[in-house]
Amino acid sequence: MQQHTISVLVNDQPGVLTRVATLFGQRGFNIDSITVGGTEEQGLSRMIISTGGDDRQINQLMKQLHKLIDVISVTNLSENPFVSRELALIKVTASPSQLAELNGIVEPFRAAIVDVGPSSLIVQVTGDTEKIDALLVLLQNYGVIELTRTGSVAMARSIVPATAAATV
Amino acid sequence: MSVEMAELQKKNGIPPIQFGEEVSGAETLLRCLILEQVEYIFGYPGGAVLPIYDSLYGSYFKHILTRHEQGAIHAADGYARATGKPGVCIATSGPGATNLVTGIATAQMDSVPLVCITGNVAQSLIGTDAFQEANITGITIPITKHSYFVRDIRDLPRIVKEAFHIATTGRPGPVLIDIPKDVANEKAPFTYPDKVEIRGYRASLVPSDEQVQEFVKAVSEAKRPVILAGGGIIAAQAEKELRDFAEKTRIPVINTFMGLGGFPGTHELSLAMPGMHGNYTANQALLNADCVIGLGARFDDRITMGRTKEFAPKARIVHVDIDPAELGKNVETAVTVAGDVKSTLAKAIPLAKACDSEAWISQLKEWKEQYPYKYKKDGDVLKPQAVIELLYNSTDGEAIVTTDVGQHQMWTAQYYKFKHPRSFISSGGLGTMGFGFPAAIGAQIAHPDRTVISVVGDGGFQMTNQELAIVSQYNIPVKVAIVNNQCLGMVRQWQELFYDNRYSQIDLTCSPDFVKLAEAYGVKGLRASTPEEAEAVWAEALAHDGPVVVDFRVAQEENVYPMVASGNTLDQMELGDD
Repeated sequence: MQQHTISVLVNDQPGVLTRVATLFGQRGFNIDSITVGGTEEQGLSRMIISTGGDDRQINQLMKQLHKLIDVISVTNLSENPFVSRELALIKVTASPSQLAELNGIVEPFRAAIVDVGPSSLIVQVTGDTEKIDALLVLLQNYGVIELTRTGSVAMARSIVPATAAATV
Repeated sequence: MSVEMAELQKKNGIPPIQFGEEVSGAETLLRCLILEQVEYIFGYPGGAVLPIYDSLYGSYFKHILTRHEQGAIHAADGYARATGKPGVCIATSGPGATNLVTGIATAQMDSVPLVCITGNVAQSLIGTDAFQEANITGITIPITKHSYFVRDIRDLPRIVKEAFHIATTGRPGPVLIDIPKDVANEKAPFTYPDKVEIRGYRASLVPSDEQVQEFVKAVSEAKRPVILAGGGIIAAQAEKELRDFAEKTRIPVINTFMGLGGFPGTHELSLAMPGMHGNYTANQALLNADCVIGLGARFDDRITMGRTKEFAPKARIVHVDIDPAELGKNVETAVTVAGDVKSTLAKAIPLAKACDSEAWISQLKEWKEQYPYKYKKDGDVLKPQAVIELLYNSTDGEAIVTTDVGQHQMWTAQYYKFKHPRSFISSGGLGTMGFGFPAAIGAQIAHPDRTVISVVGDGGFQMTNQELAIVSQYNIPVKVAIVNNQCLGMVRQWQELFYDNRYSQIDLTCSPDFVKLAEAYGVKGLRASTPEEAEAVWAEALAHDGPVVVDFRVAQEENVYPMVASGNTLDQMELGDD
């Protein structure tokens, strides 16, 4: 089963998220992650949904999504190069004396320590799922007290010659 | 007001409407319904819809007060199926609204255009678990084409306009409008939009010329083709196009259960119904075809038996459907056309040529003669199949027939040869007991001059028989034919065949005396227990100028055959003992 990232442009109305989530449940699909937020156009929201399935299943899912009256467009971002980012906040057991040591760990990930307490601190990290997972493995040595992470926000890359496409 | 609307009002003799006049939400709703050319409303009042019912008082509308909200929505559904126009029903908040749920799901499964209006508690009380509060828009999300919760009276005209548009266009379906009481009471100047603009909603799908050419090419190459014509033929009013296409290409037509009447059952190219209780020829046609052309049919599991790999194993499947999500959903297809069946066929007919199918047609004709629907006659015992034959012969196949769900439904589909679209009205997708009788009321209201027969079982009839009050009150001349085997027949059949005759909870011998029940409502009641009595009693029923309930006491142990048992494939048919 392949992972797919679906971008769904919807009317910004109460109940639209319920309609989309209900459709997934009704048709037997699982939502691995979902993020919803504003778009470049007032009155519309964009949902980024990560889900699994083979080509036939994903094709069917996209058609079913498109049947919802509040859905404007549906795009399978996974069909083309796209940028995907998550945000995670990780509260780790650590005293202020371990700050420098932890800084050394989070820096290569371009993460940041955004809160320091007497016995814990909070690391903020953005990136793709794998990057966040990798940092999490390292931080688990210190003891992760609490973790909260968003689903992916994603966007198709601009169309450029394949050789010039860069990963930022 | 636009010129079109003014002309429309004049043409239909509907009362003049003052635009700009300050009116309540309830009055706004009714004005919108007038402009949507609604004539009948099926409903049941209650606290949250009192403003609407107050506006209805002395209004233009013909309101049918059913005795249960389920009766109201099934009647609206029957009206919609019999006419193609949207059915409209009203229920109050909470239990009134939730009593619509079965009817909404029934309409959704069979793609029936309905506009369901529910009241709700005032917005200040929403979310407080107030008396008779229910989140009906939330409850019905999975079973509506769309739903609205009206927060502001100024949105109401647009919402009603959109609701009718959504319910009746594309693949039709039920739309719910939930109106809180404060919105119904609030006042605003009346307006009504001329047009509907719903971004992202594709109401009409006319296929491209290229798609139609591909469709025609695939069909023309076939030597053993068969058309599987579904309910989409009827919804799209494509029966003429289907007939022209079938006759020109010489392709036999199988009508799915929902498609019965979409192609005349009496036509030489008709193979009638396939699937679990379909006939031998239709199923053999699917098993041996080299091309199956699905037209507005969704390859339901009662046809494929859920064994989609073994379904039509020698055929390329060509599928035309207005709902793109149906294409490739249940079976793998070689050619797909996302489009309206009517416009697809209209484009295809000039391009199409006769297939080299005469040998195939001869083979099918042989099977038809060799394996017709048949049952064993047994002297004075009244067989249920004989009842349906009697109904068919006595009306020459011209009646509108509604059914509930179960054995009587399958016998009706088998033995009544439907010739016209919208003459067979039955809950196909959801299989709703209690549907047939109220649906017949709606159909009869829509067609007062036609014979409307409600074939019901003794089980299903007891789910909505309180609507006898309606046929009595409004003198609606529905003829109710109860196929009474004093048990839940289809359940009994399955328990006999698959549960070793362990008849668990199917005994309905303690039912009311249906003749007396009818009489209690002021409706004529008749009974027959032999073929001879059946003929005489049915003739009396048809001659009676008003509603009649006929209690046909039939053989209890009769089973529906042919049958493909659940889990089997179409080539594993049991034809019955005679």
